[in-house]
Amino acid sequence: MKLIYFAWVRERIGKAEEVVDLPAGLETVSDLLGWLRERGEEYENALQHPEVIRVAINQEHVAHGEKIAGASEIALFPPMTGG
Amino acid sequence: MSMPAITPHIRIQTADFDVGEEIAGLSRGRKDIGAVVTFTGLCRDEAGKLSALELEHYPGMAEAAIQRIAGEACARWPLQGVTVIHRYGRIEPGGNIVLVATASTHRQAAFEAAAFIMDFLKSRAPFWKKEHRADGSQGDWVEARETDEAALSAWSK
Repeated sequence: MKLIYFAWVRERIGKAEEVVDLPAGLETVSDLLGWLRERGEEYENALQHPEVIRVAINQEHVAHGEKIAGASEIALFPPMTGG
Repeated sequence: MSMPAITPHIRIQTADFDVGEEIAGLSRGRKDIGAVVTFTGLCRDEAGKLSALELEHYPGMAEAAIQRIAGEACARWPLQGVTVIHRYGRIEPGGNIVLVATASTHRQAAFEAAAFIMDFLKSRAPFWKKEHRADGSQGDWVEARETDEAALSAWSK
């Protein structure tokens, strides 16, 4: 699974993207965020307030309850500030 | 009579744009357009504190998100043309960040559609802005505002 990070999520995790093997049992975006937080201090620092993290699956903005099955690219980022 | 389908012109680029040229591009060779509205968003210096904004975006999703927003505007108002240009990279105070231009037979549709597109660009287009401070110290990421989300729900009434 390819994970992509933007803005301060990218800065805090310390990388722009990575490919990870997800353990069985992760069903939703929320499960993924919980699992990532336990991967180290930098992840905990980036994701300590998961409710503010915005997520896109295959470049489509989704809610945290969304299932991640079938995703090829999941992006995590702060609230968008376009315009 | 139904409106012919139009294709919004979306560009995500580092290069600057010329507002006059974009207006001309919407109306050139046509005699049916009665109103063109443009909104230009610029980088401001926050009372001298900022030396630049660095805009980051999600390539691919940025185009798709803006295309979707512009498409919704076309479904909602009788538009004859839409152009959206969003820049990324380093932009200094006074520089252009974003352009939304809408063309219609009458002004109301053009005004409303431009406002709608801008409201959705603010919190649904994957861009993020980092401040570069004039004093050289580490700048912050610009935070989303509650009022931006509130603006979106106003459109669903």
